Amino acid sequence: MGLKLWKSVALGACLTATLSLAPASAKDWKTVVIGMEGGYDPWNLTDSSGKIVGFEVDLANDICKRAGVECKIIAQDWDGMIPGLKAGKFDVIMDGMSITEDRMKEIDFSKPYAAPPAAFMAAKDSDVAKALGAGKVVNAAKDPAAGEAAVKAVQAALKGKTIGVQSSTTHANFASKYLKDVATVKEYKTTDDRDLDLKAGRIDVGLDDYPTVAATLSKDDAKDLAIVGPEFIGDVFGVGEGMGLRKSDADLTAKFNKALDEAFADGSVKKYSLKWFKIDTTP
Amino acid sequence: MDWDFTLKTFWRLMAALPLTLEVWFLSLVLGGLVAAGVVWMRVSGSKPLAMIARGYVALFRGTPLLIQLFLVYYGLASVSAVRHSFLWPILREPFYCGVLALALCTAGYQAEIFRGALLALPNGAVEAARACGMSGLTMFRRIVFPIALRHALPAYSTEAISMVKATALVSLITLWDVMSVAMKIRNDTLVTYLPLVLAGAIYFIVNYILGAAFLSLERRLSPHLRPRPS
Amino acid sequence: MDTLKIFGFGEGGWGLALLLGAGMTLLVSACGLLIGAVIGSLVAWARLSGHRVAGAAGEAYAAVFRGLPELLVVYFVYFGSSTLLTGAAALVGYDGFVGVPSFVAGALAVGVISGAYQAEVFRAAYLAILKGELEAAVSVGMDRWLMFRRIIAPQVLRFALPGLGNLWQVALKDSSLISVTGLSELMRVSQVGAASTHQPFAFYLGGLALYLCMTLATTRLFDIAEARATRGMRRMAG
Repeated sequence: MGLKLWKSVALGACLTATLSLAPASAKDWKTVVIGMEGGYDPWNLTDSSGKIVGFEVDLANDICKRAGVECKIIAQDWDGMIPGLKAGKFDVIMDGMSITEDRMKEIDFSKPYAAPPAAFMAAKDSDVAKALGAGKVVNAAKDPAAGEAAVKAVQAALKGKTIGVQSSTTHANFASKYLKDVATVKEYKTTDDRDLDLKAGRIDVGLDDYPTVAATLSKDDAKDLAIVGPEFIGDVFGVGEGMGLRKSDADLTAKFNKALDEAFADGSVKKYSLKWFKIDTTP
Repeated sequence: MDWDFTLKTFWRLMAALPLTLEVWFLSLVLGGLVAAGVVWMRVSGSKPLAMIARGYVALFRGTPLLIQLFLVYYGLASVSAVRHSFLWPILREPFYCGVLALALCTAGYQAEIFRGALLALPNGAVEAARACGMSGLTMFRRIVFPIALRHALPAYSTEAISMVKATALVSLITLWDVMSVAMKIRNDTLVTYLPLVLAGAIYFIVNYILGAAFLSLERRLSPHLRPRPS
Repeated sequence: MDTLKIFGFGEGGWGLALLLGAGMTLLVSACGLLIGAVIGSLVAWARLSGHRVAGAAGEAYAAVFRGLPELLVVYFVYFGSSTLLTGAAALVGYDGFVGVPSFVAGALAVGVISGAYQAEVFRAAYLAILKGELEAAVSVGMDRWLMFRRIIAPQVLRFALPGLGNLWQVALKDSSLISVTGLSELMRVSQVGAASTHQPFAFYLGGLALYLCMTLATTRLFDIAEARATRGMRRMAG
C-alpha cells in the first residue's frame, strides 16, 4: 500500500516533533538558553551521566536566579558557538570565551566574570621546559615592555618545536601572531584532543588558560607535565572571559550585568572560582 | 561581492590541495595492496584465511571511517606499548595515521571490487590458459588481469571518488587539508559560507576530472563495446 | 579490569550513555534515510519524466551531492539550515529566530546525500518494471494513482531493496559525521567518553564494536525483508 505515503507521514512527524520555534518577542525573558561546550574542563564539563557541570554552570544558575529567568544549558561545539548564537540556537555563550575586539564586532559581551592568565604546559624534562623555566605571571597590559620581552623569550624557546592550541581561541591567535614562523602550530577542535597529543608526545607544548591547564595537570596521567614560561595577561588574550550575547539583546545583557554585579558583591563568583579553579580569577 | 577576499581564500584553499591529493593517492595505492592480499586470502581455498578475509571486509565496510580514524590516531597513541614500539615514528605523524586509516578502510571496499571482478572471469578462459600450459604468473598477466580490470573499473572509479571525499576527514586530526583550511578561514573571519562553497567547488572539480579520466580509461579498454564505425 | 568498569552501567559507567548514543544513531539514520527516500523519489521522478529541465535539474542534484565530501555537506546544512529557515520565516512575516536542532540538521544532511544515491536506485528499479505490466494496467482502465499504488510502488520497492539496504549502511556510517554538530549520537558519546576518562583506545574500540553490531543486525533484517519481498520472483542471480 502507499509506502510513499507512510514515508511522508513519518517524515512529517519527525520534522514537526523536532523543529522548534523560538519566542517571537525578545522582551519577555522567561527562559534563557545558554550554550556551553561541555568539554572545557573546569569551565564546563560533561560527567558520565551526561550532565554538564563546572564553574560556568554554577555561575549561570546563580545569576539566572538573580535575574529571575530560568536557564537551560545545551552543549555546542566551540567552532559553532558564535554562528549558533547569531542563528538563534541559544541566547548566551558561556564557554570561557575571552572578550576581544574582533569578537565585539560580531556580538556583545557582558562584563568579564573571570580574568585568569594564559599558561603554557610542557613535559617537565623537555627542552621547552628547561628554556622557559617555571610559570610566572606577566601582565602585558600593565607593562608592555615586559610583555614584549616575554614574547621574545617564548619565540626563542619554541623555535622548531610544535605547539598545540584549540582553534578559534585567543591562544590560537597568539600562536599564529607570534609563533607562526618559528614553530609548528597545530590546532585542535577540543582541548581534550590537544591534551591527548601532548601526553603522546606529538606536540611539545600546549597553550590555554590557567584554569584549564591546571585542571589537565591535576589528573593522574599528567604527572610529568608542568606549567612553564610566562603566564600572559592582556595582549591578544583580551580583558577576561565574559558571556556572549547577540547585539540585539541589549536588555538581556543589562539584566545579566546587574546580576553579575550582585554576584561579585557578595563573593559568590570568588566562591565558585576557588571551588573549580583553586585560584581566585575575579577580574 | 568581495572579490579580493574570495580570490585570497581560493588560493589559500588551492595551496592545501596537494596535501589532500597526497593523502588520497597514497591511501588508495596502499589500500589496493592490502586489498589484493585480502582477496588472495579469500580465494586461497583455505577456510581460516577466507574467514579472516571476510571478517576484515565486514569490519571495515561496516563501521564509520571517522571512528576508525580516531582509533588509529588517538587510540593507538594512548597505548604506551605503541608509543615505545618501532612503529611510533610513523604513527606519531597525523599524515601517516590518516593514510593508514584511509587505506585500511578502502582496502575493505577494494577487496570486494576485486573479488567481483575475479568472479566475472569466464571459466573457459582460465581452463584454456591452463590447457595451454601457462604458468600462474603468465595467466595472471595476460588473461586474469586485463579482463578483471575492465570489470572493476566502473566500481573502482566510484571508490576512488569516495576516497577523495574521505580525505576531508583528516581535517579532524590536525592535518591542514582543503577542508581544515576552509574551516579555519571560516572561524577566523566569521564569514560563514564562502570558504565552504569554494572548498566544495574545488572538491567537486577534482572529482569531476577524476570521473572523466576513469570514463575515458574505460572507453579505451573496451573497444568491443564502442559503436561500430559506419 | 578498570577499563571494563567504565563500560558498566553503574555509577561513573558509560554503558548507558553508549547505548543511548547507539539509539540516537539509529534514529537519526532512519530519519535521514526517510528524507533521502522522499528526495530520491522526487529526483528519480524528475529524471524519468522526460522534461528536459526537470531531468537536468535532477541530474545536477545527483552530481553535486555525489561529488561533495559528506563532512562538508554536514557543516553546510548545519550552519545553513537555521539561517535558511529564519530567512524563509521572515518572508512570511515571522520575525523571530527559527531554531533547527542538531537532530534535524543531521538527519537532513544525511538525507540530502542519501537522496542523491537513492534517486539512482529508484530510477533503476522503475526501469526494471516490465513494460507489459504498465501497458496492461492502462488498457484495463486504471487511473494513474491506482496504477502507482498497485503496480509501480510495490515493484519499485522490491527491486530497490538490495540497493536501499546498502544505502542504509551508508546512512549509518554517514551519521557518525553528525558528531561535529554536537548531537549525542554514538560517535560523539565515544569522543566525550574518551576525553572525559582519558581512555581513547577503549572508547573508540567500544564504539567501533557497537557500530559493527548495529550494521550486522540491521543487514540481517534487510536480508530477511529482501527474501520475503522477492518470494516467487524468478531472478537471474541468487
